Amino acid sequence: MKFTLQVWRQAGPDDRGHFETYEAQDVSDEMSFLEVLDVVNEDLIREGKEPIQFDHDCREGICGSCGMMINGQPHGPQRGTATCQLHMRKFKDGETIVVEPWRAASFPIVRDLVVNRSAFDRIVEAGGYISVNTGSAVEANMLPVPKSVSDAAMDAAACIGCGACVAACPNGAAQLFTAAKAQHLNLLPQGQAERWTRTEAMVETMEEYFGSCTMHRECEAACPKNISIDFIAYLNRDYVKAKTVNRNLTGQGLSQ
Amino acid sequence: MSPVTLDSRIPDGPIEDKWESHRFNMRLVNPANKRRFDVIVIGTGLAGASAAATMAELGYRVKVFTFHDSPRRAHSIAAQGGINAAKNYQNDGDSPYRLFYDTVKGGDFRSREANVYRLAQVSVDIIDQCVAQGVPFAREYGGMLENRSFGGVQVSRTFYARGQTGQQLLLGAYQALMRQVSLGAVELHPRTEMLDLVTVDGSARGVVVRDLLTGEISSHAAHAVVLATGGYGNVYYLSTNAKKSNATAIWRAHKKGALFANPCYTQIHPTCIPASDEFQSKLTLMSESLRNDGRIWVPRDSADTRPAHAIPEEDRDYYLERQYPSFGNLVPRDVASRAAKRQVDTGRGVGPKKNGVYLDFADAIDRLGREVIEERYGNLFEMYERITGEDPYVLPMRIYPASHYTMGGLWVDYNLMSNVPGLFVIGEANFSDHGANRLGASALMQGLADGYFVLPYTIGDYLAGLLGQPPVSTSHPAFSEAQQGVEDQVRQFLSIGGTRSPDDFHRELGKIVWDDIGMERTREGLEQALRDIPALKAEFYRDLRVLGTGETVNDSLEKAARVADFFELAELMARDALHREESCGGHFRVEHQSADGEAQRDDEHFSYVGAWEWTGRDSPQTLHREHLEFENVHLATRSYR
Repeated sequence: MKFTLQVWRQAGPDDRGHFETYEAQDVSDEMSFLEVLDVVNEDLIREGKEPIQFDHDCREGICGSCGMMINGQPHGPQRGTATCQLHMRKFKDGETIVVEPWRAASFPIVRDLVVNRSAFDRIVEAGGYISVNTGSAVEANMLPVPKSVSDAAMDAAACIGCGACVAACPNGAAQLFTAAKAQHLNLLPQGQAERWTRTEAMVETMEEYFGSCTMHRECEAACPKNISIDFIAYLNRDYVKAKTVNRNLTGQGLSQ
Repeated sequence: MSPVTLDSRIPDGPIEDKWESHRFNMRLVNPANKRRFDVIVIGTGLAGASAAATMAELGYRVKVFTFHDSPRRAHSIAAQGGINAAKNYQNDGDSPYRLFYDTVKGGDFRSREANVYRLAQVSVDIIDQCVAQGVPFAREYGGMLENRSFGGVQVSRTFYARGQTGQQLLLGAYQALMRQVSLGAVELHPRTEMLDLVTVDGSARGVVVRDLLTGEISSHAAHAVVLATGGYGNVYYLSTNAKKSNATAIWRAHKKGALFANPCYTQIHPTCIPASDEFQSKLTLMSESLRNDGRIWVPRDSADTRPAHAIPEEDRDYYLERQYPSFGNLVPRDVASRAAKRQVDTGRGVGPKKNGVYLDFADAIDRLGREVIEERYGNLFEMYERITGEDPYVLPMRIYPASHYTMGGLWVDYNLMSNVPGLFVIGEANFSDHGANRLGASALMQGLADGYFVLPYTIGDYLAGLLGQPPVSTSHPAFSEAQQGVEDQVRQFLSIGGTRSPDDFHRELGKIVWDDIGMERTREGLEQALRDIPALKAEFYRDLRVLGTGETVNDSLEKAARVADFFELAELMARDALHREESCGGHFRVEHQSADGEAQRDDEHFSYVGAWEWTGRDSPQTLHREHLEFENVHLATRSYR
């Protein structure tokens, strides 16, 4: 197979950036999308041109490092698939493929396809944890967790933090990421003590960095882990309730 | 540097009481004084993140460095199958002693008893801690934790979160770490790579790091340095490790005096997706847990070209079940890998390149139904389908061994401190617990044991001795010298101006290492490797091409430094493998095997840890031996038949 790649090149955060066109020859349908970029990069190095910079690491769809807009779609055309797991058999021979970095103001471009996603860490830092110091845990089976609850928490916890949801959103909102992170913990009995403070802190930190959600559902379609927007609904419900609980209005029956 | 002495500092007393009495005997640092100590942690995988979070909880001032853009991306995240713990929830006769025994036996009697026993003891606390953090482990319908079984054992003690156990455990540790970042107790430096260890008067006093965004090289001082930087499996180029996993931090520490133990003990994992073409950039693991329900087979006749489903039972060879009736498909990894290699070498391999064996779920799907299989392994089946384009619910998976884990690493004592005072090494980066072969689901256990429950105690004992001493200033000449060295190396890579990329060299090096220091090693092969590797290394320094500058993101420049270190490490692996005239665990010397092809240990001559001392660029390392004492486990030939 062969492909024409139009790749966004940007020397640094302050550079304007532009598209460059590259030909990828002798591509096998067994190759992953990133392996095609590897081959293009080897060619570039041979020609004395600087290779395309892109984030990647595990190449198993779990670390969340990789991610790019492929023909305008985050992680490309295959549902539930991170860029590293996307294989060339999903493309037509001879196709022109446009490759860009995540499109989101909150993920500033570092170089070429590399962006800065540290705003996600700020959201987690705001409350995406259960405060339990090492050593203070009780015996694990003292706390039965219904299987359905544990499964739902796991569905949310499967988020890999890649940022596709933000890149897909016309508003650049991070609701799906934040909802996945918060609801993983909010659903579990262990997460109840901090549920309301966690929710308020995470949502408000999110809003410092990201746009607002207007339920386009693009995030769900782009998510490589198929995380459901149901979690956004749960998050919104928890946020409303958190606003009253955190103001100590629980005694007035407003929290229920 | 003072002459090397290998004191393992194993406490006296019966094995069950060693850790307890050691904890009591270690010096403590009172809470107000903990604030006076700076600790640097390199790496944010399970070991690094859990250690950093726990030390910060205790009150130490912690600086954390990771080359990833977020601590959550460390390669622990890719561990699939599970984590062992001797909870005995299944009432099947498990106990810390049994976990200890299984691990020592699984490691082919080349690990330190006291360390392994402690690991088994604290394993139960890990599960409690992780559940409290909200790790969504698999549950029974009654709400209790569920377990499954892994290779090399006959009990079910593996806890798991679908096929994403590493991810969930790492998120737990990452979240604990981010909590400490928000409290100001941890200073986090993402996209920053350690490029040298700084020692002053023989003790570790800091590090030199490079900011991967700006290229800025800077020095950081502390009272102690903790390396939690994982293993060196990428020396093979193709491996199940993440592309950026590397040995640079431990290797540079080695060159500053830390002994490198058992480098030849590498684990080749039996169930990975076979390579499909020459552009293959990495290999993907299919969790060992699949061997609970999948049956491994090849056609009896090497000329059989029928598709799998058309081959009737009588024409199939379920070779593991045949050769190892009591453990069957769940023999340990080294045994399963060699068995697969032999099938493929005799021409019975399957798939277009005849480079795999079948892992078949048809029986399990008949017995349990597709739904159960989907629930247990859904995400793994999906991953397999993504990569191969084949549906494993219909066609059997094709699998083949690949480099996965490295049991060798920096030598540490019972306190997880290297022979360089103040340098601690945890998780896969050290050599301590797995002997010559690691059992499945034990890497996560060891990483978290070290990080949550061992290092935070033992580091206190060291720091207590430094009370009243401020950290060495970064203006000390040792820092400027190390920093200069790093700057010179960056300049060197950028100025060679040759024709070949770092990846090109890495791929060629990997092939040598795989062929000669892979699943089976021979004297001739190892001697050949000791000629080929230096020759290729010389070529690397003559013909490397790194374009661009050192002042911006430059992937090639990062790779060049890592590949340079892999060259030196590969040489040491060959030397270690050559000197170890026996077969044990992952180290299989063709010259040392029994009549039926099993590994043949030589306990009389090789029951020791081989720890190598760097003696300079142009002279081979010197070997130091730590003799292994077995007071509890009876040395025996490992048998899984």
